[in-house]
Amino acid sequence: MAGGDQALLGGGGVNTLRVGWLFFRVGVMNELQYRVNFFVQLFQSLIQVGTGLIMLSLVYSHTNELNGWKESELLSLLGVQILLGGLIHTFIQPNMEMLMQDVQQGTLDYALTKPEDSQVLVSVRQVRIWQIVEVISGLVLLIVGLTGVETSIGVVDAFVFAFALGVGSVLLYCFWLIMTIGAFWVVRMEYLLELFEGIYQTGRWPVGVYPGWLRYSVTFLVPVAFAVTVPAEALTSRLHWPTLGLSVAFAVVLFTFTRWFWHFGLRHYSGASA
Amino acid sequence: MNAPAAPLPEEGRLRSLVDFYGTMMRTSVVAQLQYRVANYFYMLGMVAEPVIYLVVWSTIARQHGGAVNGITAGQFAAYYIVWTLVRNMNIVFGAPFWEWRIREGRLAGDLLRPLNILHYDLAFFAGWKFVLVALWIPIAIGLSAVFHPDLHPSALEIVVFIVAIWGAYFVRSMFQATIGMLNFWTTRGGAIFDLYMATEMLLSGRLVPLRLMPDWVQTLADFLPFKWTFGFPIESLVSNLSTRSLLLGLGAQVMWTAIGYVLFTFAWRAAIKRFSAVGA
Repeated sequence: MAGGDQALLGGGGVNTLRVGWLFFRVGVMNELQYRVNFFVQLFQSLIQVGTGLIMLSLVYSHTNELNGWKESELLSLLGVQILLGGLIHTFIQPNMEMLMQDVQQGTLDYALTKPEDSQVLVSVRQVRIWQIVEVISGLVLLIVGLTGVETSIGVVDAFVFAFALGVGSVLLYCFWLIMTIGAFWVVRMEYLLELFEGIYQTGRWPVGVYPGWLRYSVTFLVPVAFAVTVPAEALTSRLHWPTLGLSVAFAVVLFTFTRWFWHFGLRHYSGASA
Repeated sequence: MNAPAAPLPEEGRLRSLVDFYGTMMRTSVVAQLQYRVANYFYMLGMVAEPVIYLVVWSTIARQHGGAVNGITAGQFAAYYIVWTLVRNMNIVFGAPFWEWRIREGRLAGDLLRPLNILHYDLAFFAGWKFVLVALWIPIAIGLSAVFHPDLHPSALEIVVFIVAIWGAYFVRSMFQATIGMLNFWTTRGGAIFDLYMATEMLLSGRLVPLRLMPDWVQTLADFLPFKWTFGFPIESLVSNLSTRSLLLGLGAQVMWTAIGYVLFTFAWRAAIKRFSAVGA
């Protein structure tokens, strides 16, 4: 293939977006066939939100504030955590599960032989659109929580919040992918899901309540704190600009590392037929 | 063609059952020991949950002069560290796995085996416990070093605790298996399992010690099986329960295991009639 046919080799960001959009559409069409799943998901979301609210009310039946956070503020935090969790469950986790399975069964070959960036491909192949219900329920909680917060929220705050949420998603995507790449070495990775879900629950509470070692772990080792607490801080007038700057810088570094680690991991992959 | 083997006499049946459990548990230990990394992932994910509760409640305890409803930070630490062991004992063949068992066609093969299907799951998971507990010890030491639990059990409490964690294992096994039968009627049991788990979470002492719950919740919990799988085994070691309460608790576990077994048997008989598989 001398000369490198651009259409065959795939090229540039535009194509990446097109491929992503295409997979998204196919994924949505696939999921729309199973409409009852919407109601199942709705019911599951209600249970999740209900349990979260009961825990909150239990905590606040014994105290007025937790480490300086009032109930309505923690409700917003819970909203952000569920919202971001919904985004992970819709877009990130299904792809990572598929990647793990592909490595186990040797079927990753099919993705690797396609003329498109392999990291992009393995990150956009699946979408579980009904999980979007979780995003909506998180948003509802967030809004309900915010109505109880005294300070008013301006356009800038909302913009910073959305931006911080985007940065948080990138951080969690990188973390998930780094963990999943472990499957190239450790074959049985199905418990990774439990590990992530367990650790992600730490995001329900302000990172300040945790003792130092745990606070640093959930901030830098597992970037849950950056992903959940920073956007929530933006809305509750707690965010300092250096924190936001730090989280952007961290996202850039982690993304670059993930990119390198993906190629490093790939070199250790031996396919079913290789 | 050979004539079918004559049924074993009662004594021989018991001996072969004991032999079966021994062999199955040993196999399970050997199998699970190969996947130490996977088992540790599972455990670390699981440990996050009680650590969160512990941190939140000890923060509140400190803010309020050292105790919430009379429970100090050290007692919370004891509760939630013992929780991690009880949670490990509570890992059973869960209801959602019945869906996998049916969907993958494994049940067709399982039905051909001679013993009651519960024996296979009970023996396999019982063996796994020994691996889990061995892996759990370093985690418990680490948590104790960080959170300083206030734990002074008597000899009797330790004995009751060791029995009670197996009681919890049996009670939970029976009820998860019973709920698992739903998979014979629907492929979307997920929502119902979530509801069941949420109920268990609130009424078992898994989320918070039941003493922190409103009175009516505590009364309700007394009449349901959940607290015998979490709250009771934990409290048997960390709270100073009277000898009478300890023995009554063990009795309740026996009772709920029996009730769960009867429920399972009824559900299983109805469920298995609906089972169809390629080749069955």
